[in-house]
Amino acid sequence: MDFLFIIQQTLGATIGVNTIIFALAAIGLNMHFGYTGLLNFGQAGFLAIGAYSVAVPVISFGVPLWVAFIIGIGNSILFALLLGVPTLRLRADYLAIVTIAAAEIVRQIARSATFNEWLGGSDGITGKFGKDFFDLNPFKEGLETPILRFNANDLWVVITGWILVAIIIFVMWLMVNSPWGRLMRAIREDEDAVRSLGKNVYLYKMQSLIIGGVIGSIGGFVYALSRQSVQPDNYGTALTFFAYTVLILGGAARVFSPIVGAMIFWFLIVFIEQVLREAVTNNVIPDWLIGVNQVGQIRFMLMGIGLMCLMIFRPQGIFGDKKELALDAKA
Amino acid sequence: MEWERTLSQVLKTEGLKGSNKVASGRILGVRTLRFASLLLLSLFAATSSVALSSSASAADTPTKLYGILTDKDGGALSGVRISIAGPAGFAAEVTTGADGSWEVPITTKGTFAATINEGDLPEGQALTDPTKVTIKANVFMLGVDLRLLFPIGPGVEKASLLVRSAQLTVDGIILGLIIGLAALGLNLIFGTTGLTNFAHGEILTFAGLLTYYLSAIVKLPVLAAAPLAVILSAFIAGYLQDRFLWKPLRKRGTGLIAMLVVSIGFAIFLRYFFLFIFGGDTRQLPQYAGQAGLELGPVNITPKSILTTIFGIIFIIVATLWLLRTRMGKASRAVADNPALASASGIDVQKVILAVWVLGAALAGYAGVIVTINQGVSFLMGQDMLLLIFAAVTLGGLGTANGALVGSLIIGLFVQLSTLFIPTELKYVGALIVLILILIVRPQGILGRKERIG
Repeated sequence: MDFLFIIQQTLGATIGVNTIIFALAAIGLNMHFGYTGLLNFGQAGFLAIGAYSVAVPVISFGVPLWVAFIIGIGNSILFALLLGVPTLRLRADYLAIVTIAAAEIVRQIARSATFNEWLGGSDGITGKFGKDFFDLNPFKEGLETPILRFNANDLWVVITGWILVAIIIFVMWLMVNSPWGRLMRAIREDEDAVRSLGKNVYLYKMQSLIIGGVIGSIGGFVYALSRQSVQPDNYGTALTFFAYTVLILGGAARVFSPIVGAMIFWFLIVFIEQVLREAVTNNVIPDWLIGVNQVGQIRFMLMGIGLMCLMIFRPQGIFGDKKELALDAKA
Repeated sequence: MEWERTLSQVLKTEGLKGSNKVASGRILGVRTLRFASLLLLSLFAATSSVALSSSASAADTPTKLYGILTDKDGGALSGVRISIAGPAGFAAEVTTGADGSWEVPITTKGTFAATINEGDLPEGQALTDPTKVTIKANVFMLGVDLRLLFPIGPGVEKASLLVRSAQLTVDGIILGLIIGLAALGLNLIFGTTGLTNFAHGEILTFAGLLTYYLSAIVKLPVLAAAPLAVILSAFIAGYLQDRFLWKPLRKRGTGLIAMLVVSIGFAIFLRYFFLFIFGGDTRQLPQYAGQAGLELGPVNITPKSILTTIFGIIFIIVATLWLLRTRMGKASRAVADNPALASASGIDVQKVILAVWVLGAALAGYAGVIVTINQGVSFLMGQDMLLLIFAAVTLGGLGTANGALVGSLIIGLFVQLSTLFIPTELKYVGALIVLILILIVRPQGILGRKERIG
């Protein structure tokens, strides 16, 4: 078994692009779920809107990339409003069902042949829409060390991505420690109490939905740019569920937990996958038990069990505070 | 071919690196075990051809657009002209051969448009979607042949709006019944335990797979395999699931939202477990596979569809009678209304919940059996149904049994009838939008009670 290769892959994934994307998605969810108690199961929809908003204007309409970013943020605010107006008055589980439905609407419209001309159908969009961004890349060659490798483009995405995450985390930290942030937590704990203080709970929930959604769509920007392509089926319900896993793993209602959660998540996933793959190809695990292309399935099965066990035995996550949020809302 | 499309997707997305984990989940779903070795081989082939195309000149890589033109029953359609337009003034016209096949060699990347000459199609054959005379193809890399499909059928324009709506109404009622069977169970479980069960769709898949194994591998007749699958699903997915998963969680005092997340984890586990043991393709039961439809007036319906529907209606009536007439049924409604009070008046709440799980799993299991018999079974079957089930339940009112049925019927009819006006591939979108619209007007659902909203 090639242990160096396993270490290389695992380390690369732990601080890699996917970790950044999932951290951003989970930071958005942390705003929704961790601080405001909104059970948004449509985060994949926000990422999809972010990703398509970068790709479509640039490819189909020749808009500069920087304008596309602004369009993307505008679209995600619009999506949050569309989602929030009918659902924010509903109870948590209704909200979950409606948001999951809304995200699925986005994905199915994106992959439909009807809008093939603009959105690329089920194949999505592939093209050089990130050219403006990669033209700024100061790195001529990638990083080459025995245990960590990135090519030049990935290195640029990873570095800018982590800077972006750091800025967002800092803003988030300022927000949740402000009076506004305390109000949000109060809404999570007892909506009626907040309402009795004369606050417009609906409005504050909407603000939370918009902010978390915009952060999610920034994750979508990274997703699209890093791959120079957008595939509708990447933005299915599974993306939302895994973003929740990341959030719960780190511990909801902690500013840094999405980052830690995303790192652990991707570390475990890639490590398990690589070890299994090496074991299968080297016949440590016999072929009749697990085939080479079944390794991915085993990984998802473990992920499902992991999420269950986490929720049952440590709902506050690894770094979460049980007193802050124990996920025990009796709706 | 399927794996080819998948492959080109993999190559396009991953830039040959395979780093996109979420994508690989979907792709694994499409991949079939049968093609596994083939896929690996062609992956190497494609990798090397990509390497080639960057070094050698593009024209060296032979690439073609191709397709086989057949009617609905697979008969070849020859002598049909297809014209191709491409970048830089590329234009070609081909005629399909005796086996219906055609191909056009291309040398450049870019967007190509293939247009079929509809006038060449034989009498009684037309494009199933008349607007799809031209198909666009994006060639991102040379060396990967692209197959273009022109779906041909008996032609839609022959059927009048009335005939089509009659057919779609019947289809809608059947779909509504399938959703209703699953939704009734989901709603009963929600009513008595408060659990929003995201793993409910997996009961459908489970029962469907059982039917497949019992019928195709154990070689039982479908008439024996189906009831057996329902019973096994009631016992394993109902009794054992509640006994060993949800009851201990309730005892631990796990919160409702925590249980919701547990059910998501459980659903992910089961889905990939089914994929692991069953593979990614949709399989038909060998028995009654190509059953001919009966012409009942304007409606075409297969006997197996009629029979499964009738049993479904009977099943729903029995379940409703159980709820309304029996002691246990009444007790379950009491528990749904107020668990503490029910418990105080001597009702064994845990026993009632267990009964509800067994009934719910049997109902959902039968829904899975109907889908399997009529459309075949795949590991994604439950996931595909789950959102419709949720939509139906939310529409009717969470926690109300008759609300679930009304909601299911509306969703089923709406999904099918909406295809009169919107493209078929968007029919679920229509249903989900209706769900959201109704929630704005009536958040508690059609038959729900006001106190249930937050």
